[in-house]
Amino acid sequence: MRRLSSKTAKTVREPNRQGGVGANVAHDSAVSHVTGRALYVDDLPLLPGLLHLAVGGSPLPHGRLRALDLDAVRSAPGVVRVLTCQDIPGHRDVGPVFPGDPLLVEDRFESVGQALFAVVATSYEAAHRALKQAQIDIDPLPAILDIETALAQQAFVRPSHQQLRGNPDAAIEGATHQLEGEVKVLGQEHFYLEGQVSQANPQEDGGMMIYASTQHPSEVQKLVAEMLALPIHRVQVETRRLGGGFGGKETQAAPVACLAALAAHLTGRPVRYRMSRRDDMIMTGKRHAFLNRWRVGFNAQGVIQGTDITLAAKCGLSPDLSDAIVDRAMFHAGNAYYLGEARVTGHRCKTHTVSNTAFRGFGGPQGMLAAEDMIEHIARHLGEDTLTIRMRNLYTPGGRQTTHYGQTVEDFVLRDLMNRLQDSADYWARREACHTYNQQGGLFRKGLAMTPVMFGISFTAKHLNQAGALVHIYTDGSIHLNHGGTEMGQGLFIKVAQVVAEAFQVDLARVAVSATRTDKVPNTSATAASAGSDLNGMAALNACQTLKLRLIEFACQHFSVTPDEVAFESNHVRVGADRFPFADFVQLAYLNRISLSATGFYQTPFIGYDREKGQGHPFFYYAHGAAVSEVLVDTMTGEYRVLRTDILHDVGDSLNPAIDIGQIEGGFVQGLGWLTTEELRWDERGHLMADSPATYKIPTLGDIPTDFRVAILQDAPNREPTIYRSKAVGEPPFMLAFSVWAALRDAIASLTDYRYSPPLHPPATPERVWQALDAARRWKP
Amino acid sequence: MVTFTLNGIVHSLDVPDDTPLLWVIRDELKLKGTKFGCGMGLCGACTVHLNGQAIRSCITPVATINGQRLMTIEGLGTPEQPHPLQKAWVQHSVPQCGYCQSGQLMSASALLAANPHPTEAQIREAMSGNVCRCGTYPRILKAIQTVTNAMTGEEETL
Repeated sequence: MRRLSSKTAKTVREPNRQGGVGANVAHDSAVSHVTGRALYVDDLPLLPGLLHLAVGGSPLPHGRLRALDLDAVRSAPGVVRVLTCQDIPGHRDVGPVFPGDPLLVEDRFESVGQALFAVVATSYEAAHRALKQAQIDIDPLPAILDIETALAQQAFVRPSHQQLRGNPDAAIEGATHQLEGEVKVLGQEHFYLEGQVSQANPQEDGGMMIYASTQHPSEVQKLVAEMLALPIHRVQVETRRLGGGFGGKETQAAPVACLAALAAHLTGRPVRYRMSRRDDMIMTGKRHAFLNRWRVGFNAQGVIQGTDITLAAKCGLSPDLSDAIVDRAMFHAGNAYYLGEARVTGHRCKTHTVSNTAFRGFGGPQGMLAAEDMIEHIARHLGEDTLTIRMRNLYTPGGRQTTHYGQTVEDFVLRDLMNRLQDSADYWARREACHTYNQQGGLFRKGLAMTPVMFGISFTAKHLNQAGALVHIYTDGSIHLNHGGTEMGQGLFIKVAQVVAEAFQVDLARVAVSATRTDKVPNTSATAASAGSDLNGMAALNACQTLKLRLIEFACQHFSVTPDEVAFESNHVRVGADRFPFADFVQLAYLNRISLSATGFYQTPFIGYDREKGQGHPFFYYAHGAAVSEVLVDTMTGEYRVLRTDILHDVGDSLNPAIDIGQIEGGFVQGLGWLTTEELRWDERGHLMADSPATYKIPTLGDIPTDFRVAILQDAPNREPTIYRSKAVGEPPFMLAFSVWAALRDAIASLTDYRYSPPLHPPATPERVWQALDAARRWKP
Repeated sequence: MVTFTLNGIVHSLDVPDDTPLLWVIRDELKLKGTKFGCGMGLCGACTVHLNGQAIRSCITPVATINGQRLMTIEGLGTPEQPHPLQKAWVQHSVPQCGYCQSGQLMSASALLAANPHPTEAQIREAMSGNVCRCGTYPRILKAIQTVTNAMTGEEETL
């Protein structure tokens, strides 16, 4: 028997099969996507009697409802039902982990746009028109709208947390140099092109069938069941695909589904709730803004001896996932750098704004910003190139290889990766060219920077690191695959299908993946934390191994052979000297009453974090990458262009390089938006001003680097036994965009002969770049 | 009553004049390939062709297209007979979540119909009204260039 272990799998791949692990195959829906046939929730047929839902939100950031007069709403044309919190038969709070998220406000509201009531009507327009008839009488209360105020008032949604190693104060004071600084970063609107949407269809047994655009069908199922006071088995959720998620549909798709379900429950009719773009931008949570403060001591070479970093996140009105998000920011506050004796403190600030949530990177990017800001200052202070200081502070085998939270770094691929990228991007020659260009004076300045990414892979809540799968083989040899992961564009379905094709050594075309459903694979985790293919790929492989063992056992009995005489190869099963086409062998097994269906399960090994102590091994492994960006800045206006970006990224042994490179490109572009153009602004009354694409600028084709070169690190299998030695790729590339932010600072610092690092709080809009240029011009040595 | 040709078929519909064309296409004519993104004509997900030109159907009142010729993604090509751009899109693994891609393809096909050999700057300019949150832009650019290069190749062989 040839056992497919993750180590040997690639060596047994055979050329006469199509689409196994490592193949560059297109997304399973690619043809449907480009011909307009791929269906999303809002594309489902309009069932007879389908109702539409719209939500009335609070007009102020904080206050109490004195009276809510909805009579005129009820009598508006097309209105079938109006919903308030009194109509909810079960749980009124739909907080995903901790309470704090009322589905509909009962008394006190804590954010502009928080749901007060909902209208169910015969058309989308009728529902929205009726909202305006509501008479809302409120008592305003004082509102906290920014991090600084929340810190001053010690207003937190969850307790603060600290990680401590050694005596950082003494280490900082004892070092040759000390610096301190502050960097603020705004949040980010997900702007998934498909907005939040759910449809609920009442069932004959009093249950509910939900079609949701969600990254977490199991959580939607549980919350809908609790809200309707039903056992979970009465509610099922199906998610075929999302038109983008990025974290925004991890928890925040649930209230959308719950409202649709409540309306369907009360009216007995199918109900669709699709948010308008403006409602979506105002009413759903975003990436957390952070205020990071740091103090560092370092030696004459710029090597960090001690650090004290405080991260404060704008969480909004409720905990949502903020505990874990700020934890991840804390884990990544050193990025790839050894922090010496270190204290990292994380605050979860309560503000009277929408509850912020997961967004690609999950706090990691905001934490890394502290490290990168600190490194830039150290380099300028010493008059060294920023890359030199970055390289000197990377984790190194020996004394400087343990993180401030106690995880020993065992995988040092990053130094080699950065060296290779220095060569392939011609960093040092271009550094000289930048200097020469800038020394000419003139209005334009060039900047160049390389930044690394070291991103921990695993959910930091240990129990979430599990997955299930279901694999059927039909009598014609076709294979059906289902698993707990959702397809939101990341190519998860095709990657896991490739794993199954590899396991059975059959063509990929034999494997079909169907919509994620809570009645096929139960109790799943969100598709998040970049862990989709790691977890679900392993679960699917486990199911395949169960089936293969059954088939091998059958072959041994039926043909009187030993297990090592049975092998799966090239769409065939070899039994002794005979070779059966896969379908024929499967048919034979069926006729001999062998079960051709199996579930699979996986739990990530070797992880655990003791939160009480702030120490442990939260991550199975790290994913790495680095980017070099070059920019050209107009010093009169602050406008700039990204001339070139080179990326080298570590995906282990890629399951599908075409998909992985797409994730790297896309992650970089999304990070570029966060760090350069996307400016989330609220006014002093707590109203979001950037509430449409007219006032919120995400990158377009015109904004990507003029010269964009992306490569994956070759011959770098994951040291850990992940699925076919691959690495997660969803989130880590997002942070490669720091290279652009750092290159902009580099161009600006040229005005000071690279001796001063002007504040450049992301997003580095032209206005903010101009302000940094102004600060550089005013700087005196 | 408004009458127009959509993907080669004449339709006469009794809908209010100010109904956005997008809803006529999606809800009345049941063609779901054209997507709602922002409702303000700013993201490009709802792009269709009006007499061969790319327009945003979410902000186009249906009355304004009376007597004219429309095409949606369903008219551009099919899995069996794809438009060269659709082929290139698959070849370059462009789509991720896929939601914006019909709009991207309608903008790209209108560009190439008007200008078969756009420069990179012209492609960037013409495609800048179509937002893709997955960030598939590098591949969109390559896919369009693949088609324009192939068209150049054909001319050279003539």
